[in-house]
Amino acid sequence: MGKPTGFMEYPKKSVPYRDASERLGDFREIFSHAPEEHLRNQGARCMDCGVPFCQSNDGCPIDNLIPEWNDLVYNGRWRDALERLHKTNNFPEFTGRTCPAPCEGACVLGITDPAVTIKNIENAIIDRGFAEGWVKPQIPESRTGKRVAVVGSGPAGLAAAEQLNKAGHAVTVYERADRIGGLLMYGIPNMKLDKQVVNRRVDLLRAAGIEFVTNADVGKTVDARELKAKHDALLLTTGATKPRDLVVPGRDLPGIHFAMEYLTANTKSLLDSNLEDRKFIDAKDKHVIVIGGGDTGADCIGTALRHGCKSLINLELLDQPPERRAPDNPWPLWPKIRRTDYAHEESIARFGADPRNYAVVSKEFTGIDGRVASVRITRIEWQTVGGAPKMVEIDGSAETLDADLVLLAMGFLGPEAYLANALGVELDPRSNYKAQHGKFATSVAGVFAAGDCRRGQSLVVWAINEGRGAARAVDEYLMGASLLPAPKISLGGTTG
Amino acid sequence: MTVRAEQKNVRTGLPPANGLYRPEFEHDSCGVGFVAHIKGHRSHQILLDADHLLCRMDHRGARGAEPNTGDGAGILTALPYEFLAKVAKRELGAELPAPGSFAAGNVFLPTDESEREHCKRVVAELCAEEGQRLVGWRVVPTEPDKADLGESARAAMPHVEQLIVAAGNGVEGDAFERKLYSIRKRASHRLRGDSSLEQAKFFYVCSLSSKTLIYKGMLTPGQVKAFYPDLDDPDYTTHLAMVHSRFSTNTFPSWDRAQPNRFMSHNGEINTLRGNMNAMRARQGVVESELYGDSLAKLFPIVEPDCSDSGTFDNVLEFLLMTGRSLQESVMMMVPEAWQKNELMPEAKRAFYEYHSCLMEPWDGPASIAFTDGKYIGAVLDRNGLRPSRYYLTNDDRVIMASEVGVVPINPAHVKAKGRLEPGRMFLIDFERGRLVPDEELKSDFASRRPYAQWLDDNRIALRDVVEGAPQQEETDRSTLLARMQAFGYTSETLQFMLQPMVKEHRDPVGSMGNDSTLAVLSDKPRMLYDYFRQLFAQVTNPPIDSIREEVIMSLECYVGPEGNLLDTTPKHAERLRLRQPILSNEELAGIKAMNHRGWRTLTIDITFERTDVPGGLQRAIDRICREAEKAIDGGYSMIVLSDRNMGPDRVAVSSLLACGAVHHHLIARAKRTRIGIVLETGEAREVHHHCLLVGYGADGINPYLAFEALFQSRDEGLLDKATDVVGDYRQAVAKGMLKVMAKMGISTLQSYKGAQIFEALGIADDVIERCFHGTVSRLQGVSFPVLEQEALRRHALGYPQDPADKLPSLPNPGEFHWRSAGETHAWDPQAIFSLQVAARRGDANAYRSFADHINEQARKAGALRGLLELKTRAVPLALDEVEPASEIVKRFCTGAMSFGSLSAEAHETLAIAMNRLGGKSNTGEGGEDSARYTPLPSGDSRRSAIKQIASGRFGVTIWYLANADELQIKMAQGAKPGEGGELPGKKVDDTIARIRHSTPGVGLISPPPHHDIYSIEDLAQLIYDLKSSNPSARISVKLVSEMGVGTVAAGVVKAHADHVLISGDNGGTGASPLTSIKHAGLPWELGIAEAHQTLVMNDLRSRAVLQTDGGLKTGRDVVIAALLGAEEMGFSTAPLIALGCIMMRKCHLNTCPVGVATQDPVLRKKFAGQPEHVVNYLFMIAEDARQIMASLGLRRFVDLIGRVDLLDTRKALNHWKADGLDLSPLLAPAVKPHETTEVYCTKKQDHGLNLALDNRLITLAKQSILHRKKTRKELPIVNTNRTVGAMLSHEVVKKWGADALPYDTIRFKFTGSAGQSFGAFLAKGITLELEGDSNDYVGKGLSGGRIIIYPPKDSTFAAEDNVLIGNVALYGATSGRAFFRGRSAERFCVRNSGAKAVIEGVGDHGCEYMTGGRAVILGPTGLNFAAGMSGGIAYVLDVNKDFASKCNTGTVDLEAVEEDEDIVELREMIELHKEYTGSTVAAAILDEWPMSIKQFVKVMPTDYKRVLAERKRHDEEVEQTLRDDETGTFVAHAGR
Repeated sequence: MGKPTGFMEYPKKSVPYRDASERLGDFREIFSHAPEEHLRNQGARCMDCGVPFCQSNDGCPIDNLIPEWNDLVYNGRWRDALERLHKTNNFPEFTGRTCPAPCEGACVLGITDPAVTIKNIENAIIDRGFAEGWVKPQIPESRTGKRVAVVGSGPAGLAAAEQLNKAGHAVTVYERADRIGGLLMYGIPNMKLDKQVVNRRVDLLRAAGIEFVTNADVGKTVDARELKAKHDALLLTTGATKPRDLVVPGRDLPGIHFAMEYLTANTKSLLDSNLEDRKFIDAKDKHVIVIGGGDTGADCIGTALRHGCKSLINLELLDQPPERRAPDNPWPLWPKIRRTDYAHEESIARFGADPRNYAVVSKEFTGIDGRVASVRITRIEWQTVGGAPKMVEIDGSAETLDADLVLLAMGFLGPEAYLANALGVELDPRSNYKAQHGKFATSVAGVFAAGDCRRGQSLVVWAINEGRGAARAVDEYLMGASLLPAPKISLGGTTG
Repeated sequence: MTVRAEQKNVRTGLPPANGLYRPEFEHDSCGVGFVAHIKGHRSHQILLDADHLLCRMDHRGARGAEPNTGDGAGILTALPYEFLAKVAKRELGAELPAPGSFAAGNVFLPTDESEREHCKRVVAELCAEEGQRLVGWRVVPTEPDKADLGESARAAMPHVEQLIVAAGNGVEGDAFERKLYSIRKRASHRLRGDSSLEQAKFFYVCSLSSKTLIYKGMLTPGQVKAFYPDLDDPDYTTHLAMVHSRFSTNTFPSWDRAQPNRFMSHNGEINTLRGNMNAMRARQGVVESELYGDSLAKLFPIVEPDCSDSGTFDNVLEFLLMTGRSLQESVMMMVPEAWQKNELMPEAKRAFYEYHSCLMEPWDGPASIAFTDGKYIGAVLDRNGLRPSRYYLTNDDRVIMASEVGVVPINPAHVKAKGRLEPGRMFLIDFERGRLVPDEELKSDFASRRPYAQWLDDNRIALRDVVEGAPQQEETDRSTLLARMQAFGYTSETLQFMLQPMVKEHRDPVGSMGNDSTLAVLSDKPRMLYDYFRQLFAQVTNPPIDSIREEVIMSLECYVGPEGNLLDTTPKHAERLRLRQPILSNEELAGIKAMNHRGWRTLTIDITFERTDVPGGLQRAIDRICREAEKAIDGGYSMIVLSDRNMGPDRVAVSSLLACGAVHHHLIARAKRTRIGIVLETGEAREVHHHCLLVGYGADGINPYLAFEALFQSRDEGLLDKATDVVGDYRQAVAKGMLKVMAKMGISTLQSYKGAQIFEALGIADDVIERCFHGTVSRLQGVSFPVLEQEALRRHALGYPQDPADKLPSLPNPGEFHWRSAGETHAWDPQAIFSLQVAARRGDANAYRSFADHINEQARKAGALRGLLELKTRAVPLALDEVEPASEIVKRFCTGAMSFGSLSAEAHETLAIAMNRLGGKSNTGEGGEDSARYTPLPSGDSRRSAIKQIASGRFGVTIWYLANADELQIKMAQGAKPGEGGELPGKKVDDTIARIRHSTPGVGLISPPPHHDIYSIEDLAQLIYDLKSSNPSARISVKLVSEMGVGTVAAGVVKAHADHVLISGDNGGTGASPLTSIKHAGLPWELGIAEAHQTLVMNDLRSRAVLQTDGGLKTGRDVVIAALLGAEEMGFSTAPLIALGCIMMRKCHLNTCPVGVATQDPVLRKKFAGQPEHVVNYLFMIAEDARQIMASLGLRRFVDLIGRVDLLDTRKALNHWKADGLDLSPLLAPAVKPHETTEVYCTKKQDHGLNLALDNRLITLAKQSILHRKKTRKELPIVNTNRTVGAMLSHEVVKKWGADALPYDTIRFKFTGSAGQSFGAFLAKGITLELEGDSNDYVGKGLSGGRIIIYPPKDSTFAAEDNVLIGNVALYGATSGRAFFRGRSAERFCVRNSGAKAVIEGVGDHGCEYMTGGRAVILGPTGLNFAAGMSGGIAYVLDVNKDFASKCNTGTVDLEAVEEDEDIVELREMIELHKEYTGSTVAAAILDEWPMSIKQFVKVMPTDYKRVLAERKRHDEEVEQTLRDDETGTFVAHAGR
């Protein structure tokens, strides 16, 4: 299978992004297209492992048949590769663009060499599939007569909807925003996931028979109990949308926003009017501070740079991760190492410096003219006390940074409570909807929950995992048994 | 003692099945020989000589726990008329009629008087019924005390009387013999089967004949004459005496299994016995004999129950004789030569064999058979020549034939000729004509008696006859292909790992790292029925064959369809359909289905059932199929086709294996099987293993139409080359694969493999076995028809789901070969690998715990037999500190045999260092070991492997290697590929590996499937003796692989004096092995170790050897369970490799291991990151884990665990839809102790008998040389019981002086006489052994620099160059040194020679096989298949008759003229030395005519070797050039290399 010596012959080459200074001028996708030869050679690097860790619990959460499609790509059999890819993944075009690729972290080749560029290959397969017109709506042959409502149209909801529709149930998806896609639509900026890509998929789902209702905020504008009564089952996939706040003096000053407010407004304005309606928070000529070093933080950076910010600083509480795996972070665990994402590259291209500041705590915001103008920070040192990490402020390290716009990207705390309250669904101690992975049933009969609203904030690929798993659970609930495929993986990684 | 008290109830024969032991597992092996006067002159001396011969082969027999109880010995003579007349008169007062008109026979009778009298009455009745006159019964005098008979032999001793019968009126000659046969046969059937007799099995007629008489018993060779004083009577005269000394694998009392049998003695095995027996049973429905008429049926069953394989062979031989065939012809029919591929065989003889193959299948197996009916005496050797048989003819007309030479003292001047029996050849003395009939004359006589070739041409039906004009096969429907594939259990792996590689590579595909997936019976998934069967393989008691290098003896050709009357010989018998191989194309099948040719018609029987006909539809379908098949016979059909073509949405296929087995056994039971041919038209069968099973259970032909369709589709999709000849390539792969599977069991023809059922079932219940696989062993029970029906339905539903929405768009990938997230359970899944690596690297006890819990849980849920066992722990455990410390327990741990070559140096040495730190043992594997590793490192660590393995390739096995061992392990088999040899591809043979293996860099290496010095158990005993002699302080271990009967084999091995026995499980890792073997050969270690322990205890042999097991042990729980089942030591292979970084890539065979473990690629090796402490950490954690379990069991010492099966229970909470039927109680059966004090673990040392070795004297004589390098010169006599001469001496020399030993010729011994086996084995440099006389097998085995010179006695009268001087397998695995032989050798001269230089004057078949180095100069004729697999070194063959090319296997060699100067110089020098040392006149003549002579030589040059030499030369020239260009720098760089 594949080329046994491929990994020795071809060095790793990722498909490059568009040039940073070029892409900063627009909100179009950052990706470029690689020639077929490139992809085939990279596919040849796959070793067809006896034990492919890429699909272990530490690898792909949806059991993507990675060695299979790597080989098919190497052999130029794109259509077969696409078929394999769709077997486990409803939306490879989303994961192929946005996934941090735990599969690559677990790739066996990664023990000694750079891992196989699995994500690139995945993306290439699906893009090719769309380009060739191979991707078709999956219309079920017969209908069961059962009705299912899916609340929330993020990746978990969409994946579940597609699966349930395949099983023959009548599925309606309710979305409180004006566009379908949830996080895919408004959480991830256009340059990372073009909204045409999202719409293209939603159109296919619609063509397959799924109904979509937008501007329907279940628990607020739509009566939750009524909805439940009208359907045979209810699946909640509302996401983890409650942002973590920074409770320090000056937090209430104008100019301080949650990241999602910033990103959502920008994308909506972009889609509605190509930013001409000005209904977004503009970073142009501002000193921007982004607090939080995750993906959302990076997306804020990328967006602010495109707005034309004057300066940009990113603050992160934790220490800078090591360049290579630490001893307590062995393969195939997710490598906790320093990565330079697209937005960081762009910042370097614009300002000549990486915007990230590590081990920094924000102490206070101060304002001028009633708007935020600066943030006072202190550097810290992480110590281990009694086995637990503890942060200690470094004396004399305080400084003040200019800040016209502050974006808080510090993660999310679970779903908002109103829907759970309306349905009487129990919450877990972390304020998520309480349901067991694999079963997905909430405390209310016939109500299921999946995705970030159940597991807490996570990756798109985990949302798909949960959506597929929940669809199977719902199908079982409705029909007594289910043949829907679902990821085998249980909650947590190899060690947990 | 207790045994004796119950004299009356004593059992004779084998004990009944108990636990995992089955009596049918027993094996025999033996020494055989005869002495005769060619002119038929009678004398008492013949008997005395034979007795002497017998005693001289004592070492070929064996004893049990008691030194004075033998396995059996006996003697067959001509009927001693004068003696019998004398004693009849004296003791019975009877006057005997003239010779020829009376018969005598010794009869074993019950010791109980009333039962004895009953027996005698029955015999008298039958004599009267058959119209013969009973003269009387004479009590045969016996002297148990004088013979010093052992306790067990006495306990089972029958009462012996001599029955004398006179011919009835007008009855004479053969008619009289037939009457005697009837009497004996009928008496045996009646009495031995009489359950009202407690001692029924005591009744046994040794012989009853007017021509021969047999004395035998459970005796040692030396006891025979003393026990039977009759034999001492000078009036006891005979013209022939055949003797036999038995080596059985058990110690159970058995007088009747002693040989000779009535017409033959046998040294060897009949591998195909089950098939032969079934066929004979079926033939009982067809045979007719004018000589017997209606009374023929009284002789049935032809094959008597509870016979050994030799006894069965004798039964059938006798039946053929008594129904009118001659002895010679019958033997030729049963043991044919390899005629199918021998192009040098005369046409008439080939036709004779081909014709007779229409009548009967060969009785295949390694065999030397001596036979006689009094008129003739002869011997025949199996087609592969796997048993030694040597003979002398003397000037006074005597002939001495035996497994060894030198067994009867003969004045050398009286020897007229010395010869050997050649493969497939017969040796016959015709006493009436008073002459030796040479094989060619004998056979051309028989071949010309009837126009066999004409008969074949006129009657045989060729496949093309039936294909012509057959209707076109309808096009198959592509649109339903996927559904059909799914319904027949096809997976994406089927295509990826099996079918596509088969047609691409033309062979059974290869994989690596063993099998760690679930047993079929424990799998949640519906598994193919084929997965429940394991292929059996040869180990120890018979050798596997190399189906590739020794293809000349292999054949897939079969005649199928109705058989004629076995007892008749007519042209019509040849009217059978000839199939060249069993796989039929669609066109061929269509031809057969539509055939209407000479009255042959075919009935197609549907083997599907209605989907809704459940439950019970499966069994109803089988009933119907069997009924229809039987009706087809009655309706005059010649062939049936069992077809599953009707499988579809509403019809489920009955597994073709189930259908085939059911029909086959149904027809055997009805005695109709030989009246019809069975062909399968199946969508199910596709892999080599499937085809083997189908044929093994009776299929004559197979059309795997779905495999073809799947491959056609692959070709259309571009996955195969457009030009692929799918059917042809697939057939080729199947043929190669099937031959290999057959060869693993030592079977060479498909005809005899057919129906031979060479399988063990694992997880099938008795209802299925009885119905479809009758006679197959299935020890743990398992699935029954309802489960099989469930599986069939589930599989069917994959293709045809009830709800179309459930239809899958492609084939599933169940992760059977490569782990898949949602696939089949594997022991080594990502979590197991990860947690083990964390535990080992960090010494992290928590990580170990999570690893062990995960593994144990996996084993419980699905996967391993031990998972189904529960430990009976105490409520309150012992305090942990009371339990033996972990540091003691780890000493019981070893790492497995993984060669340097398969592993990188880094991985191999790290393992050795780790094990030496622990005080455990690492194993070299079969690739030798760099002697630099014997010196400790400055850190104090040692890289020396304590266990040195000796495998069939003997790579790097020198006296120095052997001397540096604590344990010498003989690898009889390997878990992942039992019955097969390894291959190291050329690209893995780098400079270092080549140096250590004594081979050429870049040239691939082959390990032969068998050890060429172990074709049987007595040969193994010899190798054990050789190795013990080469290093008396090392313990000798024998590695076996779990399969049914491994316990019995282990018992034989311990009797052969092994100090240590390793039982490996089936799933061990490996560098490379056919997937067929990885998945389907061998059994789990749990079964093997339990069976070995049970059987050894039962035989009271357990205390003499240490038992070890391996094959997937991973946790402390595994270790404890292994001990409870009987193991004292444990081996680990895969797990330590994983600790060192292996991640189960399963790419070892590709040399692309990305973590540097199993590769020689220098770039990849750099990636190796393992450290000794990783392994140390891991094994210590296992030991700690085991201690905790010991505490919970309440046991302090590890030895207290051994064999304590009472501490195990089967899990009550077993919750599995298939495993319900499993019955693990045989595994947990307590070992039966023969007496109270029987010890259950090793407490005693074996007595190897080294104190009696001649070498003790040699060492004393050579003391000055050993101590002070002074010269020693001595002359000594030698006899054949002086074995392995020179090895202990060599050990002393290298112990003192190291690898370089002594200067040439420091020690020189000259011997006179016949040397025993292994003369000069492992002879060290500086020692010369000169022998005037001759020698037996294995001369110069492992020669390590010494020199051996052998020539015939100076006063011999024969031409030395025409006579056989040395036996089989000379210079096997020799690494250096020289040898000169003035005469010829038997088979396999210089096999696997890797450095010795030898001159000889003629060799037998397979000369220079697998040779990788050295020189062989052959100054005379060679046998067939010369240079097979030869990859290095050079042979120079004097080809006077210009026929050498036809005898040489040019697969890997080129034949050239000797023209290069260096060749000419080298050749001349060797011939000159030969002349000088041996006085060879042949050498002198060659040298006299040198310029002419040189033109007659052919240089046999391995092609690879030539290529590499050329490359080296080019390289060296380049280097030289560079040197000249640049005097500095480069030189240093190259020198450093």
